[in-house]
Amino acid sequence: MNEEVSSAEAIPVPGRAAAVPSANRRSERRLGWMLCAPAAVVMLAVTGWPIVYSVLLSLQRFDLRFPARKAWIGVDNYTTVLGSSFWWNAFAVTVLVTVVSVAVELVLGMVIALVMYRTIVGRGLVRAVVLIPYGIVTVAAAYGWKYAWTPGTGFLARLLPAGAAPLTDHFPAIGIIILAEIWKTTPFMALLLMAGLALVPEDTLKAASTDGATAWQRFTKITLPLMKPAILAALLFRTLDAFRIFDDIFVLTNGAQNTSSVSLIAYHNLIGGLNLGIGSTMSVLIFLAVALIAFVFVKVLGTSTPDAGRR
Amino acid sequence: MGRALSPAGAPAGRRAMAALTAVLTAGLAAACASGASGTRVVNLYNAPQESIGAIAGRCNREAHGRYRIVVNTLPRGADDQREQLVRRLAARDSGLDVLGLDVTWTAELAEAGWIREWTGRYAQEASKGTLPGPLSTATWQGRLYAAPYNTNVQLLWYRSDLMPDPPSTWAGLIQASERLAAEGKPHYGEVTGAQFEGLVVWFNSLVASAGGRILSPDGRRVELGPSALTALRTMRRFARSKAADPSISNTKEDDARLAVESGRGAYEINWPFVYASMATLQPKLLKKFKWAPYPGITGPGRAPLGGANFAVSRYSAKPDAAFQAALCLRDPESQRTAAIQDGLPPAVESVYWAPGMAKAYPMRQAILDSLKTAAARPMTPTYQNVSTVSAVRLSPPKSIDPPRTLRSLRGLIEDALQSKGVLP
Repeated sequence: MNEEVSSAEAIPVPGRAAAVPSANRRSERRLGWMLCAPAAVVMLAVTGWPIVYSVLLSLQRFDLRFPARKAWIGVDNYTTVLGSSFWWNAFAVTVLVTVVSVAVELVLGMVIALVMYRTIVGRGLVRAVVLIPYGIVTVAAAYGWKYAWTPGTGFLARLLPAGAAPLTDHFPAIGIIILAEIWKTTPFMALLLMAGLALVPEDTLKAASTDGATAWQRFTKITLPLMKPAILAALLFRTLDAFRIFDDIFVLTNGAQNTSSVSLIAYHNLIGGLNLGIGSTMSVLIFLAVALIAFVFVKVLGTSTPDAGRR
Repeated sequence: MGRALSPAGAPAGRRAMAALTAVLTAGLAAACASGASGTRVVNLYNAPQESIGAIAGRCNREAHGRYRIVVNTLPRGADDQREQLVRRLAARDSGLDVLGLDVTWTAELAEAGWIREWTGRYAQEASKGTLPGPLSTATWQGRLYAAPYNTNVQLLWYRSDLMPDPPSTWAGLIQASERLAAEGKPHYGEVTGAQFEGLVVWFNSLVASAGGRILSPDGRRVELGPSALTALRTMRRFARSKAADPSISNTKEDDARLAVESGRGAYEINWPFVYASMATLQPKLLKKFKWAPYPGITGPGRAPLGGANFAVSRYSAKPDAAFQAALCLRDPESQRTAAIQDGLPPAVESVYWAPGMAKAYPMRQAILDSLKTAAARPMTPTYQNVSTVSAVRLSPPKSIDPPRTLRSLRGLIEDALQSKGVLP
C-alpha cells in the first residue's frame, strides 16, 4: 500500500507539480483519504468483522443445543478438529480434487485457449460455445451429473454394467466430482490462458519459425515462458476456487462415502450439527489454508496479479 | 446505468418503485387485516403428507375463527426438514408456530429451548388415550414437549410360500435363508444396511433386543455393554450369511421394499407402509405376504419405534392458538384420516378400532403388540451426531469387527455427547 502511494506521489503531475506549494498537495491528499474512508470502513466492517467473529467463536465451546454450557476453552476446538480422522479425510479429498482437477483443467484449458485464439472462422461462435458450461449454474449442472449417473434414470449410468451405482462408492464418486468440476471450470481456465496468449508477440514467433523452430519448440520455448505470469495467475485463481469446492459435492454425494471436502464438513458441523465452535474452527482452518496457498503462489512462485505487472 | 439517468428513465424507475411499494403495503395490509378480524394465523411446518390439507381444513372449520392453520410443507428428507427448522429456530423466527417433529428431535429442540413445554389442560389432552411408547418419544427429562401425532414400528414381513413358519430370531432367519438357498429359491433377507440413520435403527433394536442400551436413559452416559457386542456379532454374521443381499450396504427402506416386491427377497425388516405398497403394486403376492414380530437374539426382539409429534415453537407469537391447533391436528379424527389416507399408524389406541381401520390395517394387532416392547432410539440432544458417527462406523455391516468397532463407537459417541464430536 505505502509503496504504491509513494510511487504515485513521485510521478510529477504535468504542468502543475512545480508551481503548486506542497501544503496544498497535502491537503488534497487528506481530502482523498477522507473521501475514500467511508468505503474503506464499510469494507473492513463487512469483511473484517465476520473473520474476527469466527476466530472468537472458534475459541469457545458453543453448541446451540447446549446454550447453558457455553464457555471459553482456548484452543481445544483446534485440537479436536486436527485430531479427527473425518477432518483429515476431508482434507485429503479436497487436496486430491484440487490437484487433479486443476492439472487436467490446465492442459485442457490450454488446448481450448489455443483453438479459440487461432480460430479464424466463427471465432465468436466458438468462444460462446466453449463458455456454455461456465455459464450454467453449478447446482443445476451438478443435478444434471447426478441424474446422469443414477441407475435407472441416467444416460451415463446405462453405459455401466447393470447394478453399478458409481455415486455410492468412494473412488468412483470422487471421480465424478472431479469430472463435474473439470467440465464446469475448464472454460474459465481457457479464458484466462487466452488472455495470456495475447501477450506473446507474433513477431517473435515468426522469427523463431524462420530460424527453423518446430511448432512444439515454439510453444515450449517461446509461448509458455512468455505466458508464465498468465498461467500462474490462472492456476492461483483455480486452485483457490477448487480448494473451496462445495456445491458439486453437496449435490452429488453430500459427503456420503467419505467424500466430504473441507467446506462441506464445515457446513455439516455448523448448520447440521449446530456446533458453532467446531464449525468456526474449521472455517478458520480453511481460511488459513487458502491464505497459505495464495502466499506460496505469490511469494514462492512469483505470481503477479495482472494489474501489478510493473515488476 | 446511462439509461437510468436519462430523462425517460427516471420516471420509469420511480414507477417501478411505486409498484413495489404498493405490493409491499398490500402484503402488510393483508397481514394486519387477518389480525384485526380476530382470526389468528397458525403456521404449521410439516413433512410432506397428502391429506394434511384436509386435516387442517377440518380443524379450521371447527375452530370457528379462533385460529386458522396455514400448512407449510417441509422438504422430503428428514435431515433437510430438521435443517430448515433448526436454522429458523436458531434465528428466533416468529413465523413458525406448530412444528411437525420426527421422534428423534425432541431432546435436541427441548434442550436448546426452542420448543415450549406442554402443561396443564393442553398436556392432559395430549396424553389422554395416547399409547405410552409414542408419549415417551415426546418427553424429555420428565417433561412433555410435544403431542404424539403418529407412531410406527418395524415388523418382519415375509413370503409365507417360502417361509411357512417365520423365525423369531436373527439366527433363525439366517438358517431359513440357508435352507432356501440350498433349495434354489429366493433367499435374501432385506435389511436397512446402507450408511444412514436406518443402519443405526437396526443396531439400536439389536442392542435393545439383547437387553442393553446405547445411552443411559437421561442421555448423559454411553452404556453399550456386552449386549452391544452381541448386536455387532449378529449384524456381522447376518451380513456375511446367505441371507444378505449383495447390495446390503446400499439398501434403504425403499430398496428393501422393492427387492421383496420384485421377488428377489424372501423377507424384509420394514415399516408397515410396505403392505399398502404390495397391495397396490403386486396384488398377486399380497395373499402370501405376511407379518410377524421383529426378530430378536433368543426370542422375539424389540422393534424400532418411529413416528412424528407436534411441538409449539418458543418464538410463536400466539402460543395458545398454536397449542389448540396442534391438539386438533392430532385428535383421534385427524389420526384416523392420516392412518387411512397416508398410512401413518395412530398414536392413540382407540383409533386402531375406528371405522375403516380393519381394511387399511389388517396387521393392527401386531403393531399394537410390538408397540408395548418397542425400543425408542437414544434420547439425547446430540442424537444427530450420535446417529451420523454410528452409521459411519457400522458401514458396511460385513466389515464390522465386533470388539474393535465397539471401542471406536464408544469413543465417538462419548465425544458427540461432549459436543466435541466432529461430523463427517
